[in-house]
Amino acid sequence: MKNFNGKVLFLDRSDINTDEIIPAKYLTEISKEALKPYLLEDIVLQGFSPANDIKGKSVVITRDNFGCGSSREHAPWAFEVNGINLVIASGFARIFRQNMFNCGMMAVELDKALLDKIFNLFANKDTSLETDMDKMTFKFTAGDLKEIVPFTISEYDFSLVKAGGWVDYADKNY
Amino acid sequence: MGKTVAEKIFDAHHVDCPSGDIHVISLDAVFCHEITTPIAITDLMARGKDRVFDPSKIKAVIDHVTPAKDSKTAMQGKILRDWAVRHGIKDFFDIGRNGVCHAIFPEKGFVRPGFTIIMGDSHTCTHGAFGAFAAGVGTTDLEVGILKGVCAFKKPESIKVNIFNSLHNPSSLHNPSNLHNPTNLHNPTNLHNPTNPHNSDNFNNSGSLLPKGVYAKDVILALIGQIGVNGATNKIIEFCGSVVDKMSMDERMTLCNMAVEAGATSGICSPDMVTVDYLWQFIKDEYQSKEAALESFSKFRPDSDAVYSKTIDMDISNLEPQVTYGYKPDQVKPVSEMEGTRIDQVYIGSCTNGRLEDLEIAASILKGKKIADSVRGIVSPATPDIYSKALDKGIIKIFMDAGFCVTNPTCGACLGMSNGVLADGEVCAATTNRNFNGRMGKGGMVHLMSPATAAASAIKGYIANSEI
Ligand code: SF4
Repeated sequence: MKNFNGKVLFLDRSDINTDEIIPAKYLTEISKEALKPYLLEDIVLQGFSPANDIKGKSVVITRDNFGCGSSREHAPWAFEVNGINLVIASGFARIFRQNMFNCGMMAVELDKALLDKIFNLFANKDTSLETDMDKMTFKFTAGDLKEIVPFTISEYDFSLVKAGGWVDYADKNY
Repeated sequence: MGKTVAEKIFDAHHVDCPSGDIHVISLDAVFCHEITTPIAITDLMARGKDRVFDPSKIKAVIDHVTPAKDSKTAMQGKILRDWAVRHGIKDFFDIGRNGVCHAIFPEKGFVRPGFTIIMGDSHTCTHGAFGAFAAGVGTTDLEVGILKGVCAFKKPESIKVNIFNSLHNPSSLHNPSNLHNPTNLHNPTNLHNPTNPHNSDNFNNSGSLLPKGVYAKDVILALIGQIGVNGATNKIIEFCGSVVDKMSMDERMTLCNMAVEAGATSGICSPDMVTVDYLWQFIKDEYQSKEAALESFSKFRPDSDAVYSKTIDMDISNLEPQVTYGYKPDQVKPVSEMEGTRIDQVYIGSCTNGRLEDLEIAASILKGKKIADSVRGIVSPATPDIYSKALDKGIIKIFMDAGFCVTNPTCGACLGMSNGVLADGEVCAATTNRNFNGRMGKGGMVHLMSPATAAASAIKGYIANSEI
């Protein structure tokens, strides 16, 4: 299983699309690693600097309809090669969400009110997150501030996370 | 309980239900292009699984960057080409025969009612116009599709969008359909060369119910504006109603093409005689008559008591041409509110609006006119067949005389990879489907619109209504 713990990057906007996550001009790259410097290059988000704000982060927390647009799996890969395997949002575009789990990564939906609370408490702070896959909880920490939040993913998605992807599963079963 | 089109297709392709509401379905076709497939091929090879489930069900094209613009895009083409040869994939369309995937695959007859199709491309939803379930997927799903001919989806829920015209008056109909009004200047059929052998039966849209100057593109932009970029996430949009019934296949493809811009898994139109007419040249050996084909396809029409998660009634009687204004396809305004917006480039093409009817509509407006000096006009016919028919009909000449650059069939500028990338600060009036920040070039702005509005805007040098 991949790592789902670490420092949190807050992206406070809905409808962040795959062209913002990784622009089409980098789709000619053959290796995932080559995508690393370009993550979120074209994002429209006041005060956010990809060059300074991504480094050292392992989790993204954002708003609604994250990953809309193109089907490019380069979007999850661009996160993966930057050490980010977990995105938490109030909603995802279907293909992006599926691509994440197909790669053994996690796209977890939290209720909007709960997400608002997390943003209010932890955005603008140096926040860390620990994922407990047995208890299915996220533990947020910023200084003395702590918050434990339960989450759910389907049994099927969990099996993809455990298996590390859908290719081997499907080749075996179908 | 009745079933939707998608539910009927899922039932007919059921393979497994690994858990909860996840359904693994068998695939009738896997479509491939050179941007997302090479990386799937490379990964399958690395896993020691360089196999394909059925070469006759895999169709591949080089379309996004063609001819190759640099060593990297040349390598992407090469990986796809070598793979097609290695596995005996006969339906592979290389340079000279290639065109935009979602235009060329239907044109070759690869899409049928009731089919299940995936492709590593979000606009795969276009093929739902034929009554198929067609969905864009990522690389991993594509790999599994190539390897095993299956894909997993959540149980399909559909939104029914009923499109009608409450003011419908058949005597005041306009283009592109009114074949009986010789005074209508905008009637693209006026461009027909009487000796043209390609006057195809496919464009059977006489009796369009769209208001003057309004096209399928305006209808879908208005719908996305209404329900939002997230309005149909994880859902299928089933288009129906009298306006859709009267639409040609080209128009239905425009409609379904942008379903994903509202988050939908697929758009779907029910198969009818328009579908059969389009497909007849490919299926005439399989059925005794068109009626027999229609009857067979009718099993993929929705039941009258089918259950939808939502029904949207859309009266287009007062619809104006629509134009986007921001970086999201749901940021839509009537053209009258966008009129006068400065533009640097006009792009007519793409899987949304690069088909023959689109070029005909634009040419009917450009005929005898010049585009503004301040504007660069680019037109990309979506396939060689469209290009060739546009040549026969004199449409290409109209574009060239007006001052347009005519490119080979390719995606090119649509995703800012080649053939018309914008400079920082430049503005493009485009018939494409995405206005995302940086989509056609870093720092560029894209306004989405119909071919008619794009052509009128090219002449004026700013966003303008084709009807004024
Ligand atoms: S024309 Fe544009 S939207 Fe359509 S497949 Fe090509 S790049 Fe994608």
